[in-house]
Amino acid sequence: MEETTKCELVLHINGEQRTVITRQAETLLFVLRDELGLTGTKPGCLNGDCGACTVLVNGTPIKSCMMLAIETVGKEITTIEGLRDTPIQHAFVRHFAFQCGYCTPGFIMNIHALIEQHPNADQSTIQEWLQSNICRCTSYQEIEAAVKEALQAKKTDIQPSHNRISRV
Amino acid sequence: MAVGKSIIRKEAWDKVTGRAKYTNDFKEQGMLHAKLVTSPYAHARIISIETHEALAAPGVRAVLTGKGLPLTGEDMRDRPPIAADKVRYYGEVVAVVVADTLVQAEQAARLIRIVYEPLPAVGSPREALKEGAPLLHEELDRYERNKTTYPEPGTNIAHRTKIRKGDIKQGFAESDVIIETSVSFAPSDHVAMETRCATAEIWPDGSIHISASSQSPFMIKRLIHTYFGEEAGKIVVHTPLVGGAYGGKAPVQLELLAYLATKAVGGRKVSVWNNRECDMVTSPVHIGLEATVKIGATKDGVFKAMEIVFLFDGGAYSDKAIDVSRAAAVDCTGPYHVEHVWCDSLCVYTNRPYATPFRSFGHCEQSFAVERAIDELAKVLQLDPWDVRRKNAIRPGHTTPTQVRLTKSNVGDMPACLDRLRELMRWDEWQRIELDAYTVRAKGISGGWKTSTIDTDSSSGVILTFNSDGSVNVISGVVEIGTGTKTVLAQIVAERLKMNVDDVHVKMDIDTQTTPEHWKTVASRGTFMAGRAALAAANDAIRQLKEIAACVLRVTPDDLEVGFGRVFLRDDPAIFIPVKDIAYGYKFPNGNAIGGQVIGRGHYILRRLTPLDPETGAGKPGPEWGVCAEGVEVEFNRRDYTYRIVKAYAVIDAGKVLNPKAALGQAMGAMSMGLSFASREGFLFDEAQRVLNPQLRTYRPIHFGEHPTYIVEFIETPQIDAPYGARGIGEHGLLGMPAALANALSLAAGVPLNELPLVPELIWRKQKGDSYGSL
Amino acid sequence: MVPFEFAYYRPQSIAEAVAMFIELEQKGKRPLYYGGGTEIITLSRLGLVSTAAVIDMKAIPECRVLDADSDPLVLGAALSLTELVEANPFPLLTKAAKEVADRTARNQITLGGNLCGQIFYRETALALLVAEADIVIAGPNGVRQSRINDLFHQHLQLSRGEFVVQIKVRRFAVELPHFHHKRRKQGEIGYPLVTIAALKKDETIHAAFSGVCPFPFRSAKVEAHLNDRRRPATERIQAAVNAFPRPILHDIEGSADYRLFVAAQLLEDALRELGETI
Ligand SMILES: Cc1cc2nc3c(=O)[nH]c(=O)nc-3n(C[C@H](O)[C@H](O)[C@H](O)COP(=O)(O)OP(=O)(O)OC[C@H]3O[C@@H](n4cnc5c(N)ncnc54)[C@H](O)[C@@H]3O)c2cc1C
Ligand code: FES
Ligand code: FES
Repeated sequence: MEETTKCELVLHINGEQRTVITRQAETLLFVLRDELGLTGTKPGCLNGDCGACTVLVNGTPIKSCMMLAIETVGKEITTIEGLRDTPIQHAFVRHFAFQCGYCTPGFIMNIHALIEQHPNADQSTIQEWLQSNICRCTSYQEIEAAVKEALQAKKTDIQPSHNRISRV
Repeated sequence: MAVGKSIIRKEAWDKVTGRAKYTNDFKEQGMLHAKLVTSPYAHARIISIETHEALAAPGVRAVLTGKGLPLTGEDMRDRPPIAADKVRYYGEVVAVVVADTLVQAEQAARLIRIVYEPLPAVGSPREALKEGAPLLHEELDRYERNKTTYPEPGTNIAHRTKIRKGDIKQGFAESDVIIETSVSFAPSDHVAMETRCATAEIWPDGSIHISASSQSPFMIKRLIHTYFGEEAGKIVVHTPLVGGAYGGKAPVQLELLAYLATKAVGGRKVSVWNNRECDMVTSPVHIGLEATVKIGATKDGVFKAMEIVFLFDGGAYSDKAIDVSRAAAVDCTGPYHVEHVWCDSLCVYTNRPYATPFRSFGHCEQSFAVERAIDELAKVLQLDPWDVRRKNAIRPGHTTPTQVRLTKSNVGDMPACLDRLRELMRWDEWQRIELDAYTVRAKGISGGWKTSTIDTDSSSGVILTFNSDGSVNVISGVVEIGTGTKTVLAQIVAERLKMNVDDVHVKMDIDTQTTPEHWKTVASRGTFMAGRAALAAANDAIRQLKEIAACVLRVTPDDLEVGFGRVFLRDDPAIFIPVKDIAYGYKFPNGNAIGGQVIGRGHYILRRLTPLDPETGAGKPGPEWGVCAEGVEVEFNRRDYTYRIVKAYAVIDAGKVLNPKAALGQAMGAMSMGLSFASREGFLFDEAQRVLNPQLRTYRPIHFGEHPTYIVEFIETPQIDAPYGARGIGEHGLLGMPAALANALSLAAGVPLNELPLVPELIWRKQKGDSYGSL
Repeated sequence: MVPFEFAYYRPQSIAEAVAMFIELEQKGKRPLYYGGGTEIITLSRLGLVSTAAVIDMKAIPECRVLDADSDPLVLGAALSLTELVEANPFPLLTKAAKEVADRTARNQITLGGNLCGQIFYRETALALLVAEADIVIAGPNGVRQSRINDLFHQHLQLSRGEFVVQIKVRRFAVELPHFHHKRRKQGEIGYPLVTIAALKKDETIHAAFSGVCPFPFRSAKVEAHLNDRRRPATERIQAAVNAFPRPILHDIEGSADYRLFVAAQLLEDALRELGETI
């Protein structure tokens, strides 16, 4: 059995293949941020409690502070940098669903997966999923409105307008 | 044009795509990392610190201890940046390990051996004031302090603010009833999602470069100069976006450690980044309080006298806690007219994490005490609690506790807020109903007001630079902590220059070398002060544009107007020149040129503020009093004592709403924070005053789905000298929430609930007649 | 962030896992079996766990089985709580699992991890205790199967090198009337003040508790009182509460006397829901 605790990992992130040399004990969060410069994924507690570090692993939301990078070899990782022009990003902007923006990547990743997996999510499903993230700035009411609009957009398949309107 | 519209915040797309960068996102090869070694005791003498083993560990570059460092503190210098002789709170920094990687720093930190001699710990203000209580600061008489701080050596009192208005004896003599209510809550935390972070580096030319997640970049510069004698001009502070602050990032703490650390490693860049546990207890916290309120009133509920004692739990060091205790005193009565006022507000030392402003700056604390008392008074008099508040509502012509006469401009319309709240809440329909054997619904309300007690010479500056396409850049020292103030500044500038707000760009980051100073991004003063500065800068730019245009168009500047991307003749707009043609000066067809890049500059300094008289408190602490009336509706289960917050209401006098959706967001976010604080937050201490829940696993702020429906409305009573009449609104949403929740639950449960947080166990205990806090 | 180094292994079979464990143990690595890793990683950070090697169970096919149609139904120990909730093979277990941590964390937390973790609530154990599930364990001495009730005393009594492969729940137990409730200090996220799982089999109530004591338990004495139909329900409940093992938790989530108050109320709800006359 191999002794060294550093290793080379080939990761699939946002559709790209990235190779890193890292500690086997390193969490995905630190590899993303420190090794790969993907700082959109935020540390908030390193303890699984806040959801700021949420990324998708094979489409499932995962708190990247509680998963080893080495566990994700062979899986598709999506971070906030990998999302462009999704319904939930547009809805967040339109509904003022963030203020300081620190919790936002985590929320968006979680909600994006929710919409993909449960396009017909009802109130209790929305609640079950979103309880995993803490926002300290908003009242959650704005986030709730954004989620509902994005679900609607997904359902009716209306493409969000791509120009970035600055007025509501 | 731009003012009054829900303009989307300028950095919105950065924030939803992961592009937005916060202090800890700026990674650099070769940057060193620090780990804070903190005290496991709340009060202990440090006998020895053994660092050899840690210094020899792989990757370690330095280990800092507290020997020989100057004392720090904004009002009174009582705090060593690293504890030297003794520790005074659980979590206090005793050493800092600097290493190549965070993991190495953590590993080495575990090798430091510290011998402590535990001392008896002081757990609450009342305990700290007891005869014979252990003293936290034996040298209180020797600390350097500013002129408005009055410590009481030989005690644990860091500062006392006295308010004496009218004649309290006469007030009580004229009263038909007198009630007395006591309230209390322990310190809690801001829990910004971004934990605090600071990096520092010293360049070969001696300049010191600090990056910090801070509300006070300019204060960092000033304090490093004051504490360590560094030349102010050589200190450059950079602040990118800040991930939530709520007052907690106003004090200067980690920045000092980062500075000391970089000095210890020859100027290499060092990052000091709080983990969540340190962010909660090592860095400053939300203040705790024990208060007693005595109200004298006529039998129709007209207030005659209020006697108030605030014992603020400032924790181990006074820092900004002194200010908080003063702010609560200044507005001690709440938004009510009271002729005879007596208030002593103490900032008390305890062996707990030290306190700092929390959104509302002493005012949700103040209103929790007074508004609970008002409900108790209404109950005794069998009057409607809304009526009592309405009857005593503050108005222009009245005076505040510090004897400032109120005008139509410097105070919002309290009666209007209360009236609208009553309608929104359908107050008259019912205040308590039983839905079934166990389920009760109840409503509670609270008034709120606030002025910002800030330095009397606080100032703000704004620079506008023009681009060659005629668009404008706004450069202001306001930190974007999430409040959207920079976007509002762009709106103000667009409005004044009559241009499209999309053509007004804002510089988000602060760099104290190139950004004009804004005192601190606190106290809801960003829009007011920086807004005034922005208007002045816009006016300056207009003057310059007109001057150049006047030459080109051969008219006098007085006949010109600026707007819609042009400078034009007022009486014949067909005669004009586009702004873009003169923004960088004007070049005549023959090649001659005049003017140059248009750079507007403006500043604003608060006027006619005065310190408080030490004996009576008389003085003008702030420019304006914003008011609000708020309410909460709960559904309470009488069998198991659980409850659900169904609705939360706020009616706030905003003066003028500059950005409706942003304003709503500010109000609702503040309400959420207030409800979270009141219903579930607070540190739990053991007997030795160790914090037992410094983690989000056990200290659980409100989560999605636990939130009520928010109903917010704004009243608009302009503050004449504010930009477009706007008053501060970033904090008011929070002001009344703890009191309104407590009032609603007290009514629902039929027992006075005067402690926070209002968890079901507390209500259960109160109804059984126990005292709380068996832990 | 794990502030020390360890090596990560991902065996593909039970035999390989056991062999690795033995070898690493001999080398002094104090290996840990690794399920979702959530507890290992977070407690490492706090200095409460340390190891030089982890053995991930998620690639062992037996640990990933989810057979909902067989009797007994088979649940692999490396299934995440979310997988269990979504497939819903055993509704009482679903209810228990759904209350642990939060949804995103449950995407990672495994059934085996929750049963074997240091964090002493181990809430999914309650459903298995009342259903008298079987537990398949592998270790240096091979694979064995036992009734969970014989092995779970405060925590699962595993010997060094053993790990949980599967849980087997007999079909009839899945269909029994049941009750589950978790009450927290406040709100809907967090550790329990009291959690109760109960079911009724052949007119006998089984009940298990978490949050009451610093370990989950099912107690014959408590159940004897609960099932003593000669006495009125309130007396049965009081007697049951008095028979709880000691110590009663008294900590930051709630005091001991409050927990007992809550437990008594939840028991009343349980009895009512299970058709007892109150
Ligand atoms: C955010 C958060 C909230 C939580 N809230 C709750 C809660 O509300 N209620 C509750 O009950 N628990 C709660 N927990 C505790 C959680 O269920 C346990 O920590 C559990 O161990 C995590 O499962 P895991 O698969 O990630 O375990 P791991 O971290 O992989 O392992 C935990 C321990 O179990 C051992 N282990 C894992 N799998 C096996 C196996 N198959 N056989 C033998 N040993 C094994 C490991 O060696 C290790 O000692 C919470 C945890 C987190 C992170
Ligand atoms: S940082 Fe991962 S959950 Fe908080
Ligand atoms: S927007 Fe600041 S924490 Fe959510």
